Amino acid sequence: MTSKIAIVIGQLLFVMALAPLLSGVIKKTKASFQTRQGPGFLQVYRDIYKWFHKDSVISEHTSWIFIVTPYIYFSALFVAALLIPTFTTVQPLGFAGDVIAVIYLFALGRFFMSLAGLDAGSAFGGMASSREAAVSSVIEPAMMLAIFSVALVVGSTNLGIISETFSSEIVFNLSHILAFMAMAVVTVAETGRIPVDNPDTHLELTMVHEGMLLEYSGKELALMMWGASIKQLLVYSLLVNVFFPIGIANNFDFISILIGLLSFISKVFFVGIIVAVIETSFVKMRFFKIPDLLAGAFMLGLLSLVSNYVLGR
Amino acid sequence: MTMIWYSTIGLLLTGGLLSLFFRKNEVYSNTAAYLCSAFAALCSGFLAIKILLTNQTLIVMLPKVLPYTQVTMKIDNLAGYFILVISVLTLAVSVYSFGYGQEYFGKGKIGQLGFMFNIFILTMLLVVTANNILLFLFAWELMSLVSFLLVLYEHEYIKVRNAGLVYLIMTHIGSLFLVLGFLIMYQQTGSFEFDQLAVGVRQLSPELKNIIFIFMLIGFGTKAGIVPLHVWLPRAHPAAPSHVSALMSGIMIKTALYGLIRVLFHMLGSGSVWWGVLILILGVISALLGVLYALMEQDLKRLLAFSSVENIGIIFLGLGAAIIFKEHGTPMLSAIALTAGLYHLFNHAVFKSLLFMGAGAVHMATHTRKINKLGGLIKTMPWTALFFLIGSASISVLPPFNGFVSEWLTFQSLLALSFNISDTTIKIMAPVAGSALALTGGLVAACFIKAFGISFLALPRSKNAEKAREVNLSMRIGMGILAGLCILMGIFPSLIFRLLDGVSLSLAGAGVYGQLNGGAWLSVLNIPNASGKGISMDSLSLGILLVLAIPVVLLITRFIGGRTKRSKDETWNCGKTLIPAMEYTATSFSNPIRIIFRYIFWPSQDIIKEDKGSPYFTKSIKYRSRITPVFEEYLYRPINWAVIYISDKMGSVQSGSIHIYLTYILATIIALLLFAR
Repeated sequence: MTSKIAIVIGQLLFVMALAPLLSGVIKKTKASFQTRQGPGFLQVYRDIYKWFHKDSVISEHTSWIFIVTPYIYFSALFVAALLIPTFTTVQPLGFAGDVIAVIYLFALGRFFMSLAGLDAGSAFGGMASSREAAVSSVIEPAMMLAIFSVALVVGSTNLGIISETFSSEIVFNLSHILAFMAMAVVTVAETGRIPVDNPDTHLELTMVHEGMLLEYSGKELALMMWGASIKQLLVYSLLVNVFFPIGIANNFDFISILIGLLSFISKVFFVGIIVAVIETSFVKMRFFKIPDLLAGAFMLGLLSLVSNYVLGR
Repeated sequence: MTMIWYSTIGLLLTGGLLSLFFRKNEVYSNTAAYLCSAFAALCSGFLAIKILLTNQTLIVMLPKVLPYTQVTMKIDNLAGYFILVISVLTLAVSVYSFGYGQEYFGKGKIGQLGFMFNIFILTMLLVVTANNILLFLFAWELMSLVSFLLVLYEHEYIKVRNAGLVYLIMTHIGSLFLVLGFLIMYQQTGSFEFDQLAVGVRQLSPELKNIIFIFMLIGFGTKAGIVPLHVWLPRAHPAAPSHVSALMSGIMIKTALYGLIRVLFHMLGSGSVWWGVLILILGVISALLGVLYALMEQDLKRLLAFSSVENIGIIFLGLGAAIIFKEHGTPMLSAIALTAGLYHLFNHAVFKSLLFMGAGAVHMATHTRKINKLGGLIKTMPWTALFFLIGSASISVLPPFNGFVSEWLTFQSLLALSFNISDTTIKIMAPVAGSALALTGGLVAACFIKAFGISFLALPRSKNAEKAREVNLSMRIGMGILAGLCILMGIFPSLIFRLLDGVSLSLAGAGVYGQLNGGAWLSVLNIPNASGKGISMDSLSLGILLVLAIPVVLLITRFIGGRTKRSKDETWNCGKTLIPAMEYTATSFSNPIRIIFRYIFWPSQDIIKEDKGSPYFTKSIKYRSRITPVFEEYLYRPINWAVIYISDKMGSVQSGSIHIYLTYILATIIALLLFAR
């Protein structure tokens, strides 16, 4: 019982503490590709800390939806962090939800964030909400199909069980690779990175995620930004732990947990660096090209499924 | 128990007649009608729960009115479940209607409204309890006619009359196929009684069963609003008064599903796998097209009506999966898929009625249903806004609300289909249907962000919206009952599984309660499958965790940041004062989706510019955007033309001269004498 509580709290603290660092590493990598010095690794922590101490200004047109949204958004990610395996497959609360629940917890956060974008009445927020709603509705099927393709091999949608099944050796076959490629595209889209969205811009023509946060300041902004980096880490852990969970701790002893931590951190940071490379070498796509990209991911997922059943594994 | 049933019927009849009797006094008439229906709902709800918990079957013999046939009503598990859904909705809608009925005061038709409202509920109860073809068809037709009259309630408007006409025609096309289907069954078995008929129908040849299946699918599909038979639904539902729309969308279209389940599972017994596959495909198409058209709507009630098409599609997914499992001899999985469908049916009834009541409240307060004319209502109508938000969250599959549980089960049924059935086509098709369901989920969320966000948030877009006042207490209580149920049914799914245990046992051959209710006090849903690995989801824990997380997040925020102030200021708008015309509208909100799915919508827009003689000085710009209603233009219009063309040609036979007619009669007699000896 004590160890279970320790795992739950440990994983939660681990995710919350690591997430800003991952964002910092991506920023630093991008800067070095652009031959800039860039902000330090810890700048994201400093920003969040600073925002937490600032007084906030909210729009006079907003309602209570605007105030509760950061808390609901953060809480949804909080709960999702309890369901997604990171360094260990031992998931004391894993019974409470599977990957479908995780995807819809993300949707819960997004639903309220989009409402908050509309709440202030400015066209920027409305535009961002509208785009977010359109993009996320085409992300979801691609994401589901890629994960279904793997879940059907395992016979379960519970993430701990999926990770455990693949944790013994690196799975390397056509179906798995295709599904992984689909999920990789989805990861970029879901975390709002180039070529789908640009997290660094405040240009009204291009922003999606940032547009919804435009009216936020102070503590609420801190929660939203921290939440975004936590979500990024969680989506990366979905990617690495569903497809290549090798090294993840299946037992609760010191050595395997240490190996699990090290392998997880190196894997997500590797994904982060790849994302940074993609961000520097591509331009942002035209908004209405994004569905084509995700349709591509959907087709990869479908091919994965077909090759799974037609070619066998 | 028979007495409770008779008193339900009696109360509804009394309510209807009293309402007519007091028609001069609108307050009395209103009160009598909805008081009686509320008490009738309590009676029938009590009866339904008793039947579902004890697995009893109640048979009510009606007095012999027709020669040779003993007409009976039978309330078994399945009927009991539907009676429960009807009762829950009737109770909430009746409470709501005490207040909502006042909207129609002063027009001299309150008596008729109360009368038809009660009779409408009575006919729906008769449909689900009829145990005889004749009674079923009689109740079915009566239900269609009463609902037609209710649609026509505000017949002063030409739009309402058109909607009523389309509804009448479509519903009778559906009835035609039902009559044909039932007549084939009667002809083959020689019995009007469902139970005796079922024994005979099970022995029929596969070809004949296929024909019956197709007829029933078209017949019930029309009433259910399956694409492409859905065209009446977005016309008729918004035309009726909102409390009637709540019942029509909430439960009347579900009686078609009752009929389909009754015929497919109870009478035909087993059939072919392709039945399930066809239902699955129809479900996917209806779900996707339903929500896509809903997204394009700017009329709150039409949006909700299209969304009903989508939800019927989702119920069809569960139903189709249940049939495929049944044909493959896996009763447990069949029971789970059927439960997914029936659970979603109840959920949809609850949140769709809630949303229709919310739309009615908005209409009462602002006298408009156009989303683009609303806005800012959350400040003037806080309760309605809260209830509408809960309904929107439930329909958008968000945990821990009820829509999430039933869609989760539907996802799992589809995955189990892929995992457990050996047919490769189904193995690939099922997850693709699952991802179509995911796409539907995303689009529904977009649709209801639009419906709630544009109508209730930001600044009011019209004078009417500015002047809106919160609706009266009875309407708020009515909505509150269903909003509470959305949460209750979301976090305690085992309550519904307990009620559905007997239904799934009798129809699919396995009880779901023990299987899905894995934990002792927790409501873990466990899906068994061949891998032996667990699949579990526990919406209660999810709900508790979500609720617990909020204070934790508040504590963290406080712990890191200390005490800070929160002040109010303008929305940032590039230095200009924000006016409502600058806000995003429902049209602009859904524009990205209109463009992404342009191959479905075939959108077109014109910009009409007027200038003052010189092109540099524009006087006015008009922007018009429309989508092509593909089914109306390319399916129904040609049929329409063909019918008119044939009628036109037939017209030449009718010359009006008595001599010609006498010749026709003579010719007919000779032809009959020759061929029909």
